[in-house]
This record gives sequence, structure tokens and C-alpha cells, in this order.
Amino acid sequence: MTAIAPYRSAVGPGRDGFAQLVHAEWTKFRTVRGWVVTILVAALLTVGVDFLNHSQCGTVINGIQVGGCPQAPIGPNGEAVTDNFYFLHKPLTGDGTITVRVTSLAGLYPPTGGVQSSPSGQSPLAGLKPGVQPWAKAGIMIKASTAQGAAYASMLVTGGNGVRMQYDYTGDIAGLPGAASAASPRWLRLVRNGNTVSGYDSLDGAHWDLVGSVQLSGLPKTAQAGLFTASPSYTVINQSLGGGSGAGGPTLATAAFDHVGLSWPGGALAGTSVGGGGDAAAGTGAGGPFNGSFRQVGTAAFTVSGSGDIAPDVTVAPDGNGSNLTQTLDASTFFGLIAMLVIGAMFITAEYRRGLIKTTLAASPRRGRVLAAKALVIAAVTFVTGLIATAIALPVGAAVLRGGGNWIAPVPGLTEARMIVGTAALMAVASVLALAIGVITRRGVAAVSATIVLIAVPFLLVIIPGVLPAGVQDWLVRIFPVAGFAIQQEFPAYHQVLGNYAPGFGYYPLAPLAGFAVLCAWAAVALAAAAYLLRRRDA
Amino acid sequence: MEATIEVTGLHKRFGTARALDGMTFSVLPGQVTGFVGPNGAGKSTTMRVMLGLDAADEGTALIGGQPYQSLRHPLSHVGALLDAAALQPSRSARNHLLWLAHSQGLNAKRVDEVVKQAGLTSVARRKAGGFSLGMRQRLGIAAALLGDPPVLIMDEPFNGMDPEGIAWMRGFLRGLAAEGRAILVSSHLMSELQDTADRLVVVGRGKVIADTSVAELIAAASGDRIQLRTSARAEAMTALANAGATVAATAPEVLTISNLSPERTVAALTSAHVPFSEVTAHRATLEEAYMELTRDAVEFKAQATS
Repeated sequence: MTAIAPYRSAVGPGRDGFAQLVHAEWTKFRTVRGWVVTILVAALLTVGVDFLNHSQCGTVINGIQVGGCPQAPIGPNGEAVTDNFYFLHKPLTGDGTITVRVTSLAGLYPPTGGVQSSPSGQSPLAGLKPGVQPWAKAGIMIKASTAQGAAYASMLVTGGNGVRMQYDYTGDIAGLPGAASAASPRWLRLVRNGNTVSGYDSLDGAHWDLVGSVQLSGLPKTAQAGLFTASPSYTVINQSLGGGSGAGGPTLATAAFDHVGLSWPGGALAGTSVGGGGDAAAGTGAGGPFNGSFRQVGTAAFTVSGSGDIAPDVTVAPDGNGSNLTQTLDASTFFGLIAMLVIGAMFITAEYRRGLIKTTLAASPRRGRVLAAKALVIAAVTFVTGLIATAIALPVGAAVLRGGGNWIAPVPGLTEARMIVGTAALMAVASVLALAIGVITRRGVAAVSATIVLIAVPFLLVIIPGVLPAGVQDWLVRIFPVAGFAIQQEFPAYHQVLGNYAPGFGYYPLAPLAGFAVLCAWAAVALAAAAYLLRRRDA
Repeated sequence: MEATIEVTGLHKRFGTARALDGMTFSVLPGQVTGFVGPNGAGKSTTMRVMLGLDAADEGTALIGGQPYQSLRHPLSHVGALLDAAALQPSRSARNHLLWLAHSQGLNAKRVDEVVKQAGLTSVARRKAGGFSLGMRQRLGIAAALLGDPPVLIMDEPFNGMDPEGIAWMRGFLRGLAAEGRAILVSSHLMSELQDTADRLVVVGRGKVIADTSVAELIAAASGDRIQLRTSARAEAMTALANAGATVAATAPEVLTISNLSPERTVAALTSAHVPFSEVTAHRATLEEAYMELTRDAVEFKAQATS
């Protein structure tokens, strides 16, 4: 046989770095029309589901809102607040100190049923049982004005959480533990110095401990200072599959103050029902005796009764107002996510089904990089789609809610940004998790089923109220990939406001980034397993 | 060294089944090497091991002296057609080649070149799902040529092709070999490889049975055999068997005789008054050569078949 010179190619050798791999995977994705269409459908679902929201507040007659939805007042930091209480106060110009001793805090609450619409003559307090709310509050306060939402600082005793210093609605610092009683009273003191207010507590009136010192920016020279009492509404919720029933209503607390000392001269203390007015529908208190009252029982002794709460406005608390955007976002994310999970899985299982995996791995024998390139392309596609879709869906969802008469509490811009970018990231990481499962199972049906069971089913079980007992629900949302939805949480859960902080209402047990990290951990482990199997198995 | 495949001592089991049992051979540049054996002999498995898709339990497979995994931009070293049906049906042929090109840092211009080379220009933008078998094979060849490699590995490329397609493929492969490339073509049908292959590696049950040039194989198989055409087969067989020959019936009116020279054959027939029309020195087809290699020696079958 004649010797022939070995072949020399005229075409350049090319390059097969990671950038080339990513380019190839992107070309693979964009040249299958079915996959591109599915991603667009995911975006449409994310936005479209918003329009299915029919929650109404109040009634619309002839296009005019009648019997509106209450709007919460806005606090000094721009957040929605609840501000209802009875204030026995007088003006304080400049610096001053207010001291008081609290010897009891008692209350009345409705064990079942709401405020009875009473036949004339019967007091709405009939039917209430004795019992003080754990977060009923009574004490001393320096407040910018008696307008709802005005800045304040207070030292108070609570029904079940000891002495506390609370300020500007979200601020809460613990002081002496235990309840105030005649045998074990609590002494409280507030000292105003310019814009700084310091709170002190004591067991004997002689030795004082500093509890906290806060800056109330914009506190006017003449503020209001005095005694106050408030008591948040009581609710018992029975949650069952398909619905729940809540029973409860406003409560009343009465505190006994003595040794009242105000360090500045001036007129007498006057009583004001802050947020009072008796219009339950307008959120200004239950009216009647719930507006509060006081009685002077000695030279420097008073009993003050009041109802309501001074706290951040929590939508799932009995005194809360407003709609929670997390609920809207959850629904729209869910349907868009399902479509993206299917794509994530199919992006790899289609190759196994058609035998294309051999072509891919022969062209790119460094298999770990192939997986990384696929993951990168899927993550980028779902992230960008999710970002655009959610950036549209969130305002659209808000508009639909408002169209139904609902009021939406203000959300800080950074929080909204976190909700949008976080949702896009959640979709991207979940899609990568689906891709990894696809590598592990190699079959489309098995991969999609496994992904749905792992991500979608826990979501439904946790979001629909009443399906799971609270303990199981809590565990599920902390451990499973559904924990990632925490990144969508709009408002924090406040410990000083009792409410139904359930995932179905937009509250998750883990902090937003912590929940997202759980989802990322799932994806990381699945990818590691996928890389191992991809390398070890015959193609 | 660049355009060579060297397979040494490959062993591989799938569960209890032994697919490769000490497979050893080489593929050299400038010729077409046929890789033949019955179904299940280990041809496809060997090719997958060469391409790093399956891992062998023992042994090595080197391309240009390197294992496949260590090749950079491997499609410029080896082009392979393993499974022509490995296509996403909703993707066009051109896009299939495009992603493959992108993975090697090649561009659309190169894609269009190989499309032209494989004769697919008119159908390149059609969805691959609608391709006929022959078009799929051409697409597979285009993909193998994308990196313009000096080595080509093809697993049963003639499968399902019509005679025209086979003729085209044959000419194409010979042309590639003439350029100095090393071509490995597997098949389980000898007739396809006849006139295509220069060299044959015959495998059975996971190991190499023969590794020789086609000419040598046919010559060895032909031996000193005689082909006899007669209408009185039974009588001829008896007469020749009595003369000490080994006879086999290979066609309705044809007998293949060994162990007897042509003169003595004629003498034995005439003395037994057996009519015959043709006595020729027999040239085995590749098919027969292969059958002889992979089965026991031809036996005397003294039965009449009508």
C-alpha cells in the first residue's frame, strides 16, 4: 500500500473553553421553538394570574367606592401603623420628666363572638369576660401630638410581657419582667432632653434602671405627655381545609396609676381617645366604652381604661388594616414557576431521550463543565424572564387589589426590589434544581414528577390555610425547597403584635435570605449529585 | 501519529454480560478500516469507549496517542457518527450543526460548508424530525466533518440507505481516506463494506478474530476451492464425496468443492456420468470469508434442497 501523508486540516482547530460551552447551550435552547414558547407562557402566567384576584373591600356602587376599606395611619418612618388608645395628657414644652407607679393592669375580652350589636340599653361590655391581653399596655408616653401616626416614646407595663419601652411603633425594648400588682408594683419614668427621650424602670421608686434612650426626630418643642392605656383586639381563629372562622373582638384594659409626677408646671390632664370616634368600619375604634375613659381616684392617682393597639400595622393581626402583596405574588409566582421547572428538567432529559447526550458529551468530554453551562443558561433565561414578569406582575397585582377597593400598606422601595429580584432568583435556582433532578433521573416524566412533588406540592400544602397542622407546616417551610419563598415576604412578623403569621398570608418562619439559602442548598446538593452521576455513568 | 486510533486490551462488562474481552487493534491513516462482526460483537461499545462515552473496565483507547478525555476541541481531532437519529425533532438541521459548531468555537460559515459537502443545502433549514433516514445519515456525516478531523468513526453508516445512497457514501468515504484521514466504519453486513474497506477488523464476542487487508482475507477464504454448476446435484455430491472431496451446496444449482483439484473433479464427474455445465476456480465473497472465519469449517451437507 502506498504511504499517504496524514491529513492536515485547513480549518482552524477552534476553541472549547467554557464560553464556547455556554454559547452552544444557549444556541440549543433558543433553537427549539417549544421551549422558547414555554418560557414566554411562564411569563404570561405570572402576570395573568393577578387578574384572577377578586378580593374586595367595601362595596362599589355605580363605580363609586361606598363603605371603604380602612386605611391605616402612617408612622414617622413611613410604615403603616395601628394607633388607637386612651391618652390622659397635657402639653410639655421643652424638657421634662414624667414618673408614675403602676399597681394593676386588668382587662375584659370577648371569648367568642364579636362586638354585640346591642339592643338599646345593653352595654357592649355585656358578655365580656375578665382577662388581660398579653400585649395590653399601660404607662406613660411623650408623643409629638395626638394625631394618629405621630412619633412617640413610652414606658409601659404589659399584660404578659413585663415592662417595656416602646417607641415609634416598631421599637420595643424589654425591661423588668413580671406583671404589675399592688404587692409588686412597677415604677416607670420618661425623661425628655431635646429630641432624646430616655426610659427608666424601678421596683421601689428609688433605684432606677435605664431601659433605653431614643431619638425622636422632628419632635416639636411642645409635645403631649401623660398616661395611657391600650388593649389589642382578641381573636380566635379556627382554620380548617377550605376556610376558617374567626371569632373575637375589641378588648378593654384598665390600669391603676399612682404617684403620678410631672416635672413641669401647667394645667390639668385631659383625656383624649386617640383614633377614637366609634366608627368600627373606618378603623377608628369600636366606639362606646371602647373609646376609653379615666377616673381620678386621688391627688396623684388615676385609673385609665383604653382599647386598641399602638404598633406596626400587621395585616394578619385583628387590629390590622390593608392587603398583603405577598399573597398576590405567591399565586402568580407559583404558576410561572411550574412552567419553568418543566423547562429546566426537559432541557437535559430531552437529550437523554433522543440520544443527543452522546453527541453533547463527545463534543465536550469535560462533563462537569457541560452541566455548569446548562445550569448557567437555564438560570439566566429563567431569571431574566422572572425579573421582567414579576416587575410587571407586582404593580399589576397591586392595581387589581386597589381596583377591588383594597388598601395596600406602603412598602419601602428596597423591600419591593427585594421581592422582585428575589422572586426572579427563586425561579432561577428552582429551575436549576429541576435541571439537576433531570440529570439524576434521565427521564422527563420522572424528573418533572419529582420536581413537582419536591417544590410545588409542599407549596400548596403550606399556602392553603388549614391543610396542615401548624407544627408540620412550620417544619415543611423551613426544610423543603419551598423555604425559598421567604424571599417574597413583604412585612416582618413583629413579636409585639399577635397575628396569624402563616405562609398563606405572606409570613414565613425564616428570614428572607435564610429561606432563599435553604433553596440554594438544595440546588447545590442536587447539582453535586448530578455532576457525580454524569461523570461516572456511561453516556 | 496524529491520525491514528489505537485500541489495546479493552475489557468491559455490562452486568454479567461481557461486551469487550481483550479488544486490540489499530486504525491507520489513508485507508478505510472496516469493523465487522455479528450483532452483539462489541462494535458499538468499542466505538463508544473510543469517544469517551463509556468507560472500559480495563485497557486503553487512544486517538493520536491521547485518551479522548484529554483532547481539546475534540471534534477537530475525531468526527463521529454513532446514531443518526440522535436529533431533536423540532430543531432544524442547520441549527443542530450550529450548536455543535459553537461548542467548538466554530461559526455558521463552517456549518454552511459542511452542509454543502454533505449535499444538504436544500433541506438544511427544515426540522430534523421530518428527515428521511438517508438525510439523517448525511446530517450525521456533516456533523462528523464539522471540525475537519483527520479521524472519522462511523457506526453502521449504511444502515437503511438505498443503493444510490450507499454508492454515494462509499465514494465519499474513499475520497476522505484518499486525503490521508483514518476512517473506521462498522457494519454487520459484509456486502456494504465490499469495495469500501481496504482493511478489515473482524470481531466476535468482544475480541478481534482477524485483522487483515480485504484482499488477503478473500484470498485465504477462497483457498483452492472449485465452484461447480450442475442440475444433478445429488448425484454430483455422491460422486465427489466418494472421490474424497468436501462438498457444500451454496446455491440451488451450485456446489462448492474443496480438497480436490479441478482435473480430478472433472474426472470423477465424467466417470459417474454426472452432467455439469461449469467448473471454475472459486473467488469467495467477503460474506463467505467472514462466515468461514466466524463459524466452524464448511461441512458436507448431503441433502437435497429443491
